[in-house]
Amino acid sequence: MATPKKGRSASAQSKPGRSLALILIAIAALTGGMFASGHTKPRLGIDLAGGTSITLEAVPEAGNEAAINKTNMDTAVSIMERRVNGLGVSEAEVQTQGRDNIIVNIPKGTNSEQARKQVGTTAKLYFRPVIATEVSGGAGAASPSPSPTGSPSDKPSGKATDKPEATDKGSASPSASPTTQGRAVTDALKADATPSASASDKAKASPSPSASGGTAADDASKLQEQYAKLDCTNAKTRSAVGDGVKASQPTLACGKNSQGQWQKYILGPAEVDGTDVDKAQAVLNTQTGAGWTVTMDFTDEGGKKFADITGKLAKNQSPQNQFAIVLDGDVVSDPYVRQALTGGNAEISGNFNQQSAQDLANMLSYGALPLTFREDSVSTVTAALGGDQLKAGLIAGAIGLALVVIYLLLYYRGLAFIAILSLLVSAALTYTIMALLGPTINFALNLPAVCGAIVAIGITADSFIVYFERVRDEIREGRSLRPAVERAWPRARRTILVSDFVSFLAAAVLFIVTVGKVQGFAFTLGLTTLLDVVVVFLFTKPLLTLMARRPFFANGHKWSGLDPKSLGAKPPLRRTRRPAAPVDTKEA
Amino acid sequence: MSKLGTLGARLHRGEVGYDFVKNRKIWYGLSILITITAIVGLAVRGLNMGIEFQGGAVFNTPKNTSASVSQAEGYAEEASGHDAIVQKLGDGSLRIQVAGIDTGAADKIKDKLSDDLKIEKEQINAELVGPSWGDQIANKAWQGLWIFLVLVVIYLAIAFEWRMALAAFVALIHDITITVGIYALVGFEVTPGTVIGLLTILGYSLYDTVVVFDSLKEQTKDITKQTRWTYSDVANRSINSTLVRSINTTVVALLPVAGLLFIGGGVLGAGMLNDISLSLFVGLAAGAYSSIFIATPLVADLKEREPQLKALRKRVLAKRAQSGAQGETEADGADESYDGEPEDAAPAVVGPRNQPASRTRGRGRPSGKRR
Repeated sequence: MATPKKGRSASAQSKPGRSLALILIAIAALTGGMFASGHTKPRLGIDLAGGTSITLEAVPEAGNEAAINKTNMDTAVSIMERRVNGLGVSEAEVQTQGRDNIIVNIPKGTNSEQARKQVGTTAKLYFRPVIATEVSGGAGAASPSPSPTGSPSDKPSGKATDKPEATDKGSASPSASPTTQGRAVTDALKADATPSASASDKAKASPSPSASGGTAADDASKLQEQYAKLDCTNAKTRSAVGDGVKASQPTLACGKNSQGQWQKYILGPAEVDGTDVDKAQAVLNTQTGAGWTVTMDFTDEGGKKFADITGKLAKNQSPQNQFAIVLDGDVVSDPYVRQALTGGNAEISGNFNQQSAQDLANMLSYGALPLTFREDSVSTVTAALGGDQLKAGLIAGAIGLALVVIYLLLYYRGLAFIAILSLLVSAALTYTIMALLGPTINFALNLPAVCGAIVAIGITADSFIVYFERVRDEIREGRSLRPAVERAWPRARRTILVSDFVSFLAAAVLFIVTVGKVQGFAFTLGLTTLLDVVVVFLFTKPLLTLMARRPFFANGHKWSGLDPKSLGAKPPLRRTRRPAAPVDTKEA
Repeated sequence: MSKLGTLGARLHRGEVGYDFVKNRKIWYGLSILITITAIVGLAVRGLNMGIEFQGGAVFNTPKNTSASVSQAEGYAEEASGHDAIVQKLGDGSLRIQVAGIDTGAADKIKDKLSDDLKIEKEQINAELVGPSWGDQIANKAWQGLWIFLVLVVIYLAIAFEWRMALAAFVALIHDITITVGIYALVGFEVTPGTVIGLLTILGYSLYDTVVVFDSLKEQTKDITKQTRWTYSDVANRSINSTLVRSINTTVVALLPVAGLLFIGGGVLGAGMLNDISLSLFVGLAAGAYSSIFIATPLVADLKEREPQLKALRKRVLAKRAQSGAQGETEADGADESYDGEPEDAAPAVVGPRNQPASRTRGRGRPSGKRR
């Protein structure tokens, strides 16, 4: 039965200093990181800080104007929403306007260039067998590539090695490997191979030779003719090439090769497309030196199709053993295959950097837009919530907090300082983490999140209150402070963990299942709940343990909030009671 | 402090205490009344969904409009009778969004706006906008909510027991219904902020109930091993013993929200804050109330249907009848507290003075109810 004493010496004498040091180091590190990264303020949502508003207009396709309807517009909105707000924390808003416009609002401080690309890119992806290819125009490397790709690091040349996956690690390829360098994120506003386009008959060929890898001989001479004339170095031609061609038809396409030259292609019908991609992610491929690549996991069906086509292609001669990965009409990559690839995944390499690889992976995961969009206007917008209102809110919040502090002081006196310090530590951690999450995952705080943080104060404070009340109960039982602090802890700890688990469960489920603002809310809830536990375990409890050694608290000074007399403690010997042993041993 | 501190001590010792369980019918009745009012309010007035959910109209004014954002907001709200979102664009034009407007109404508002803002009617461009909080977000949110509720009920059934899970669930529905109902009655527009507020309430309501249940579970551990108290008695004592914590937590959580609602929204007129802080305020208050007045008595009700506890109740009542009125007015009831196994707890050896820490007296709250 001497356990409490033992427990106390174990936990009280070695740990408290260390925990406190740990949490102070964490705060120092986070603060340091915050200043080092230069992001000293959390990003604010569009309602608080304003931002950029992008208006996109759906581009009607010849012969298929009816495609611009409510269904497709809504689908486009939800895909764009997921692209700019994949984690739900970026506070970007997407809505339709009128019949054929979509407005995208992104908060201040977001990389608007990147966001514009993310929403505007159609991201139609096809795997097409290569029928013929050659360097186009001759002026290749010098071509200035005026198309507004905007990808921050689209260098005109880069490393070669394009390969669908490790199986084909090709040494010098027979065809001098005309690998193209990915225009990682192409500009959707141009060049799209839209599959639903009906009759646009440009580049029409004879009934396509299906999956056989398409021998060039089968192709209509018309396509050959166009191919001969095609000059990929001309941005205008390039953007027009392949427009309106159905996925099931052969087409022409352009792409840049490893030397930065434009390469032109005749491509067979699409064998696998973006809908066959289950999910994609950006990977830094250090093994082959390919740099940033995008790996795709196919759906079951997609995997089968991919295995089929690669199996057939592998039997062909160069260049017909290559297939082209075509994104919005541009050849991003044209690896060759030596054997069927049955792994159910593939890799796109090209001239990616981390950002462009992640953007592309993001787009492939969320699917292609059903329509093609043109950027209509870009403009800054002011905060929806006026500056006055924000100020009023802040003043009101500050008054509320001051009342909380006064209440705590009145009620808990000396103990209140521990509570207030804990709240400050909690606030410091929350603030720095949110500030740092701004640049890393585009986290932005909107007004509801600020209000949520205010409620979180209540939940955090509740952990202290539960604990303090336990301690006081122990004192009322006649214990002196130090044993009381230790004995109250296991029970308070259990209560805190059980109840915080419920909050965390809510956060986790909502974060996984939902999208958009609800997901953002779940993120904030999860973060504050975790911080609550961290602060109570690593700060409040150790601090109270340390303080319990101070005479001011230990002797129950009138102002300590732990004065046995004013707590109405009973003299210890008044009566005794048999201990409820089972519970105690379990918890202590 | 001393007042409250003493109250805490008295509650702790059971010298004072409110019989929450015995008077539960009153509170059930009150809650049912409020809930019905809320449902009627909801049915009659309906929720006034904001532009984020149902779309509406957008009016774009020409470049360099002279009116300020807040002026335009006033005009637009006056003209439409709905909340308006006004933003100033980079070129000085205004984008005014108003919820729930069809083409016909949009034309009228456009006329009115052109008068108010002194802009040629032709220069205001009106269009319909779709919701930014579309069906997909709403559907996924519902889906997430149901999955969470199922999981949390399972969790509570395991961590506590199914009766407590059920009671927590009822309390949750109670809180949400009241919050939504009051929202409908007040007639504020529902914005994404409101929804976030409701989700916060959902988390808080469960959190608070769990804290109260944790104490309940602890105190009723060995309930059948004694014959002094019924389950309801112990449940009641458990509420009373956590009452100080409940009051403090509620005050601390409500004060800042009240600040936002009454000072920010009311005095300083921060309109947008109202809708969020109202739902938070009502919900937090309802959450704290229901944990004590609804959830715990409900558990006691359910528990006392168990044959074991029914038998216990009979034994306890019989015993009380036997000992007569004697114990009823005893002043120092703390002596007679339930502490898990009182039957063999009989006058234990008086421990040495320096050993109180090794005695787990705190286990059984000596907060004996007066009978």
